[in-house]
This record gives sequence, C-alpha cells and structure tokens, in this order.
Amino acid sequence: MSDNNQNTNFTNQEFKVVGSRPERPDGIDKVTGRALYGADTYAPGQLVGAILRSPHAHAKIKSIDTSKAEKLKGVKAVLTSKDLPDLVGGAGPNYDILVNCMARDRALYDGHAVAAVAAIDENTARKALKLIKVDYKILPHVTDVDEARKPNAPIVQPGTRTANVEPAPTKDSNIAARNQFGHGDVDEGFKQADVIIEKTYKTEQTHQGYIEPHACLASVGPDGSGELWVTTQGHYTFRTVCSTLLGLDIAKLKVTSSEIGGGFGGKTHVWMEPVALGLSRKANRPVKVVMSREEVFRASGPTASTSMDIKIGATRDGRITAATADLRYQGGPFPGMWGLLGAMTSFACYNLPNVKTVAWDILVNRPKVAAYRAPSAPMAAFGVESTMDLVADAIGMSPVDFRMLNAAREGTRASYGPTYGPIGILPTLEAVKNHPHMTAPLGPNQGRGMACGFWFNFGGQTATDLNISTDGTVNLTIGTVDVGGSRASMSLIAAEELGISYDEIKCNIGDTNSLGHNDTTEGSRGTFSSGMATIFAARQAIDVMRERAAQKWEIPVEEVEWKDGEAHAVGVHHSNLIPLSLKEIAKASPRTGGPIAGHNETVADNAGVSFASHICDVEVDPETGSTRVIRYTVVQDAGKAIHPQYVEGQFQGAAAQGIGWALNEEYIYGEDGRLQNAGFLDYRIPVCSDLPFIDTKILEIPNPDHPYGVRGVGETSIVPPLAAIGSAVSNAVGVRMDHVPMSPPRIRAALKAQAASEKAVSAG
Amino acid sequence: MRYEAPTTTKEAANLLAKAKGKAFVLAGGTDLLVRMKAGMLEPDLVVDIKRIPATRKVTKTASGFTIGASVSGAELGENKAVKKAWPGVVEATELIGSDQVQGRCTMVGNLCNASPAADSVPAMIAAGAKAAIVGPKGKRSVAVEKIVTGPGKTSLKKGEMIESISLPKGGAKIGDAYLRFIPRTEMDIAVCSAAVCLELGAKNVIKKATVVLGAVAPTAVTVPAAAKAIIGTKLDDDALDALAAACEAACNPIDDKRGTIEFRTEVAAVLARRAAKIAFERAGGK
Ligand SMILES: Cc1cc2nc3c(=O)[nH]c(=O)nc-3n(C[C@H](O)[C@H](O)[C@H](O)COP(=O)(O)OP(=O)(O)OC[C@H]3O[C@@H](n4cnc5c(N)ncnc54)[C@H](O)[C@@H]3O)c2cc1C
Repeated sequence: MSDNNQNTNFTNQEFKVVGSRPERPDGIDKVTGRALYGADTYAPGQLVGAILRSPHAHAKIKSIDTSKAEKLKGVKAVLTSKDLPDLVGGAGPNYDILVNCMARDRALYDGHAVAAVAAIDENTARKALKLIKVDYKILPHVTDVDEARKPNAPIVQPGTRTANVEPAPTKDSNIAARNQFGHGDVDEGFKQADVIIEKTYKTEQTHQGYIEPHACLASVGPDGSGELWVTTQGHYTFRTVCSTLLGLDIAKLKVTSSEIGGGFGGKTHVWMEPVALGLSRKANRPVKVVMSREEVFRASGPTASTSMDIKIGATRDGRITAATADLRYQGGPFPGMWGLLGAMTSFACYNLPNVKTVAWDILVNRPKVAAYRAPSAPMAAFGVESTMDLVADAIGMSPVDFRMLNAAREGTRASYGPTYGPIGILPTLEAVKNHPHMTAPLGPNQGRGMACGFWFNFGGQTATDLNISTDGTVNLTIGTVDVGGSRASMSLIAAEELGISYDEIKCNIGDTNSLGHNDTTEGSRGTFSSGMATIFAARQAIDVMRERAAQKWEIPVEEVEWKDGEAHAVGVHHSNLIPLSLKEIAKASPRTGGPIAGHNETVADNAGVSFASHICDVEVDPETGSTRVIRYTVVQDAGKAIHPQYVEGQFQGAAAQGIGWALNEEYIYGEDGRLQNAGFLDYRIPVCSDLPFIDTKILEIPNPDHPYGVRGVGETSIVPPLAAIGSAVSNAVGVRMDHVPMSPPRIRAALKAQAASEKAVSAG
Repeated sequence: MRYEAPTTTKEAANLLAKAKGKAFVLAGGTDLLVRMKAGMLEPDLVVDIKRIPATRKVTKTASGFTIGASVSGAELGENKAVKKAWPGVVEATELIGSDQVQGRCTMVGNLCNASPAADSVPAMIAAGAKAAIVGPKGKRSVAVEKIVTGPGKTSLKKGEMIESISLPKGGAKIGDAYLRFIPRTEMDIAVCSAAVCLELGAKNVIKKATVVLGAVAPTAVTVPAAAKAIIGTKLDDDALDALAAACEAACNPIDDKRGTIEFRTEVAAVLARRAAKIAFERAGGK
C-alpha cells in the first residue's frame, strides 16, 4: 500500500479526489452479469460463424472443395481466401494480417484458418465444417526458435531475406530481421572487467490467457456499411484494419467495443473479425463468431518463445564495464518487432558505459505472435537479471547493492538511445533494500530472489468528449477501452477538474462513430492519454461555464475563476456576487447558449518510462521439483496513482501472470508440429490457491509531461517476475535455472544434472 | 440424442441394454458433458442415474459402507463415518476438481471414465473397495481393480452399470492415504499418484499392506513387491527405500505434456513413501 497518495510534490498540486479509492462504476454490472461482453449481443436473423482450421503445422493447400457444405440445409455462406481478395498489395503488415485471418496457398501453423461457414445454428455450422474437403500437401515444419535458425531448417516464408544485415543475404532463411542497439565499445569494456559472466537462456511461449475468448457480432449490408460489436482493446484500430482488408470506407464501419474479459495485448490484434465481416457480407445477415478456448490457444496471439546469450562484465568494486545480449525471438510465421523490443528493453534499467544488444526475429510454424503485457521485455529481463545476480555473486556483492550501484538515473543515456528524465529505478531499489521482506527469515528449501524491470509506456492519439447535462451530471466519453478500471480513474480526474463528486460522472467508452480516432489501449496508455485528454476536455468545459457566468454577471470572463465546482467572480468590484455552481450553470444552459461541453483531440507524447523492482520467496520440494511462491512484493513507480487500488491491481495482476509464466505456462508442441495443450487443463495459468497475496508498494516519481504526473502502470510489473523467481528458485536449490518455465520436471532434471556433475568432480 | 432419467437401477440397466447406438450413464457429468461439449462424444442415449434413490445415499452396513453411484464428492466429504474409517479414499475423492466440480463429480464416474490418472481409483483399490454392478442378468460384485481395463475402457458389459461402491469397515489399526502430484495446487490432473493402505499387528508392525500407483501405466497399478517391502516392518528407512525401489520398478508411464517417464517414475516413488508414512501414522503406528 502507498501511504499517502493525496499529494505529489512535483507540481505541488493538492488533489481532492484523485488518489482516493471509490468503487469502479462498471463493478456491479460485472459481478451481477448485466455487463455485455463480446458474446453477449444478438441481432435479428443472426447466423453462427465457425472456422475450419489446419491440423498441420505446415502444408500447401492444393484445393478446397466447399460444394457439399454449401448444399447443407441451413448454411448461408462458406468463405475461403477467395472471398477476401488481396487489397493491400501482397506484402507488409496488413497483408500478413490478411493471410493470418485466412490461409491462402499454405497453412502456416496448426490452427491456421483455412475456411469458414455461416449457418443458422451452431450444429449446422459444425456439420458444414466437416463437409469441407481440403486437399493438403504436408510440408516440413519447424517450431523451435533455435532449430529455425539453422541453415538447413525448413523455410517458413520463402523469399525471407534477413533485413538490416550487410551485405544483404542472397539466400532465404527464417531470420526475418536483425536489430542492434547500444553505445560505447563493448570489447574495450570487457577488457576492463575483473569478472565476466556469460550464459545462455531459453524461455518458452506463453499465452495471455484472458478468460474471455475472442467474440464478435458482425453485420455488413449491401450498401457497404457495417457494424462490428467486438471484444477488443482497440476498436478504432480494428475498424481501420477491417475496413482496409475488406475494402470498406472507414467511416462506414461502426465498431463498438464490448466489455472486455481480459486482453493483455492479445486483443490489440484482429483474428477472426475480418472473417466474420466477410461471412456477413456474403450471407447478407449478421454473423456471430465466438472462438473456443482451443481456438484461442491455437490461433490467437501468444507471445514469443526465445533463446538468448547474455554477457556482463564488472570490476571487483561492482561497476559494470560492458554488457551484451544476443536475442532470438520467434514471431510465428510473420515478421514482427518482438526481437527489436527485447533488444531495446534488455539493459534499460542500467547506466552502462558500453552496451550492445542484437536481436534476431525468427519465423516458425506457430501462431502469429501478438503483444503480451510489456511485450518481449520479460524474457530479456530473465536473461539479464539472472546474469546480474551471477555477477553480483562472483564479486561478493548483494544483488540489490550491485543493481543500485549500476542503476540508471536522470541524465543516463539509455541502452536503447534516449537520455532519461526523472526516473524511478533507484527509488524502487531503495524501497526493496529497506523493505522488511528482504530481511525476513527463510525456512528450509526456501529461497529469495529480486529483480528489476523496465517498460517504455505509450501515449498516442486520443479524443475525448465531456458533456454536461442540465442536472449537472456529466457524461465523459473516452475512446480507450477500459481494460483495467480506467473508467474509475477517468471519473476521478473529471471530478477533480470540475470540482464535483465522483458519483456525478458517467464515463462511457464511445464507439467509433462517436469520437475521433483513438489508438488502441496498449502500452499502458489508457490512464495516461485519456486522462490527459479528460483534463483538457474538462478545462474546456470549465471555460464555457466561466463564460456563461461572466455573461450573467455582465463582467469580463477574465474576472471569473473556477474553484471547487463553482464560478467565482474575482476582484474587489465583485465581492457581492454569489458564486454560481456547476449545477446552476448547467440548469440555465438551455437559455444561456445551449449545451455545455468540452472536448480534446491530442497526441499524448512522453508517456514516461516506468520501472519496478520485485522481491520473491519460494519454497521448492527438491524431491518433486514443485515450487510454491510463498511471499511476493512489488515495488513500482506509478508517476501518480489516480486510483491507487486499481494501480495495485495492475501490479498484482502483472506479477501473477509473471509467476505463471515463470513456473508452469508453456506451449508444448509435438514432433508433428501440433500444439498439445490447447486448454487451461494443460496450459497451466496459476489458480487462486497457487498464489500468495501479492504485496504492493506504489512509488510516485511524477512524469513531468503529464499534468498530474501520471505514468503508465499496467505492464512493467510482468517484467521482473521470471528473473525474480528464477533467482529465488536458484537460491533455494543451489542450481541456477536457465530455462523458463521452471516446471517440476525441469527443476528435477537440473538438480540431477548438478548432483551428477558434483559426483563426477569428487570422483575425479 | 435421447435423455432418460429412470428411478430404479433395473430400469436404467434395461434402457442401456436395449439402446441402439452409443449409450452412456450420466452421473455428475463432469467427464461426460465436457466430452460432449468438446465434440469428442456424440451419444444416442444418455441415462441420468441421479433420480435413482439407491444411488443417492451412503449407508453403513454390517460389513462396512455402501456409497451410491451418484453421491457427489462434496457429499462424501460430509460423511463423518466414512471419512473416519477411510480418510485416504475420501481425500482422494475430494481432490477431484474444484468446489464446483465437487458438487457434481462421483467416485463411480471417476472409475468408469477409466482415466489412468483418476484420483479416487488407487485409493479405492488400496482400501479393497468393490463395485456393485447391475445389468440385464442381475447383480454382481466385482473388485474395483477389475473394472478398468485400459485408458477409457472398462470391463462393464452392454447394459451394465455400477449401482454403488462398497468399502470394508476399516478399523483402529488400519490406515490409508492418497497423494498425487500436480504442478498446480488444484484444478489439475495427476501427473502420478500413490495410495497406501496398511494394517498394523502386534507392536505396531505392519501386518498387511496394499500399495497402488496412479498415472504411471494404462491403469492403476497394484505393487505387491512394495507391499511386501514394508510388511513385517515398522516402516524404517530401509523398508521405505525398498518400497520406493519396488514402486519405481513397477512404473510403466508415458512421456507426454504432463510429465516425462523419468519424472513420473521418481515422483511416484516419492509419493508412495510419503503416503506410507501417513497411512502408518493413521493406523496408530509410531
Ligand atoms: C474442471 C475439472 C476438473 C477435474 N479434476 C479432476 C481431478 O482432479 N481428478 C480426477 O480424477 N478427475 C478430475 N476431473 C474429471 C471428473 O471430474 C472425474 O472423473 C469425476 O469423478 C467424474 O464423475 P462424474 O460423476 O462427473 O462422471 P460422469 O461424467 O457422469 O461420467 C463419467 C463416465 O463414467 C460413466 N459412468 C458414470 N456413472 C456410471 C455408472 N454408475 N455406471 C457405469 N458407468 C458410469 C459415464 O457414462 C461416463 O463415461 C475433472 C473434471 C473437470 C471438468
């Protein structure tokens, strides 16, 4: 808990409601079942859409015979890639999305969509899928990131030549791109080191595991206008992508975001929505498509699996002299920015004279990778932070002191280029060092680890409307989907600005017809960017209200001040004027110039980087390899916590996902290239009883580029857990774990390998 | 698909016997309905046995306990007498699923689903449970270990269903225990498991024992060599080592997404050791 969130020293602002903890406005609907999620709406004449998926990891599609399915009674449309012609020029990110939505000449992974039907009910739709005959020629496949790099690996996308290498390669490979960041001279730096540690790590592929599967209701009319109701993190982005792929006018497709049952990045991307629209266009009826959990796992956005080499050198007194990372990230069958983000984030916590990070983006026959909470950063941090501990150990320094000595600070040149403003890495480390958790006694088979994490955060395009009703209540319409309680935060901000109570604000998420473009809720931007736009929209409405008061008082508007929800006339001449409340001004508005509103359209820049440091205790059963997290503490910089409870919720949620990733979650592929655990039984996200209460501490190092000092908070805390748990497990069992997840069989195998090598040493 | 909910076991057996196509008994449905929803099964007839009074109750008999085939895990857990006599069996049944699943799932459904990883099965076998089978030709009683013949396969003939499970009386000198390994703390399927039931004689020396392993072979495996290793002992370290070695030798698991051969084999032995200690303590051993 943060002790005092009412003030930030940064702007000397006194907050009245920001920093308090009211109940979220969407809470009651969610717990009573009244909230409408992606699968919860219906349209007259609605059909059920279903998708046929490739059972092969890699296959040429020789032909698709849909004639029998088309003839089945109740089937209204059958769709293949022919119904989604290429309108985007045969290359580039939108073409990749098109190919991913519906395979064209080749199925690129187990679960890749190859055809779809719309029928009067689910049974008919399922029957119709069975009647579609696809003639496949099975091709060799590769699913492992390291196998895919080998020279003789099956080529996932013919024509792929590694970008950004000199000279340009003359042969196809699965290495889509190389990206490099850093500064200084690492060779020189390593020469100055007393201790150099180099180690290889591997992390397996994980899924965001949102509880609500992808679902939508699509309707396209013969006039080329359409509507899409969908569970998404970014309905404007969905609108742009879907209309581009289908050849619709952007303004004629109305996309409404439903309540969202989790996204964590996986709902920043379209999967079956263009197919649903295509089916609807063909059938001339509304079509609803709801993915099964199996489809979600097989065919929607997991994060990358990786392998990496990390090397860090330091002097005996604890100064890092050089650091390098060679990172391999797979993005599924399409090039992505996943390796690039790993290379940018890997050493962002530290002040390094010489640093070089090189990332390789690799193609494999797995689903198209999508963002997952601080995408790519947790894996790189696992390698870097584990190696940091090894170096600290080798020079006999505590992991916290070693990090504090090398932490980035204001003015540090980040390993990915920019120079930092005021940042929170050092304060989070100080808080960790002084936290009672760090000195609490440990029992047998228990170990403690700590680790740091960084995330950029994002601002982006934002549009917000604020409308004041005649009774003085306020409609605030924002365009960023509420994935983490942001409607509560926005209402607090509007209440703070207007000087009215939280309960008098109704915050809505506008559909794409009601506001200008809003970027997707990603990069922890919701509260930062829509919060900023809400402040400015409210201030604009306040200006209107000041004018109305000035008009009534017949004084210049400059002599009207807004304070505590009222217009006050300022100056000696007006001491007899009784302040006008927002309610009074609103009530009079029909006769004083009409509706009172404020709006704001902006590109919110400088979202403000955020850092976290975590502490974790585990207990490992050495006989079974089973690990329990017994205590966990998150310290993170929030800039300014608008609604501290929901900030804590973000910290806890991110840590919980990191714990699952660290210990058990992984995509398991068979020799046949098929996903073996496409369900929550064998893809093990933690259940409630697997987790301790996750303790949180909010630090507030204000972001100078936000009026309240806000930084994004949603992602950073998934970055440290892999490494924090890795070190805790390693400290508990005495073996450094280098492969995530640290599942019981992997821990047992590591322990046995260690015992065998000790035996060999003592025998030798 | 036809759905029937008869009120007598005989009626149920008749429906099953006369059924054309695929017929299934529906107890809690926590396996059956899941499979149907996943499209793995398309039954022609489903016979719900929850309206049959004989399947709904737990009764104390002269020879022990009779547990009806549609008694849920939660209901069994509330039965103090069974819990006292057979804590291992009850714990094993209560491990199935979550609170929600417990409200529905049954021991018999767990048995007839015939998964190698079924939790209640090793414990039932160790305790010496018997299944009362009703079919077109009448009733018969069969030891639980004779029911499952392979993954998804049972020895029940067409038209046959299990009406109840009977457990012996138990006693002050008898103790049982069941442990499973799962990577999570709940909502998971055993990667391997072990049940031990033992009876102490004079001076707390083990007189009788049964050791059963789960999820390490196509069906639950009874390991007589492991029992032999501890009979005549007071469960000293040597006896436990011998038990563990016998268990490892009896394992014949597969490598799959839930665990490797090596892992399952080693951990099954670890669990057997731990279960034996608990059972020994429960039987009054020191
Ligand atoms: C979320 C979840 C978690 C689970 N966790 C576990 C777990 O931890 N451990 C575990 O072992 N299992 C687990 N299971 C599987 C399942 O819950 C158990 O196997 C349960 O005991 C089945 O009982 P039921 O009454 O629901 O069976 P049902 O689904 O009703 O039946 C299962 C099978 O047995 C047959 N059958 C049922 N009763 C009879 C009868 N009287 N005579 C003949 N045949 C019959 C049915 O026809 C069917 O083939 C889980 C299932 C779910 C959905």
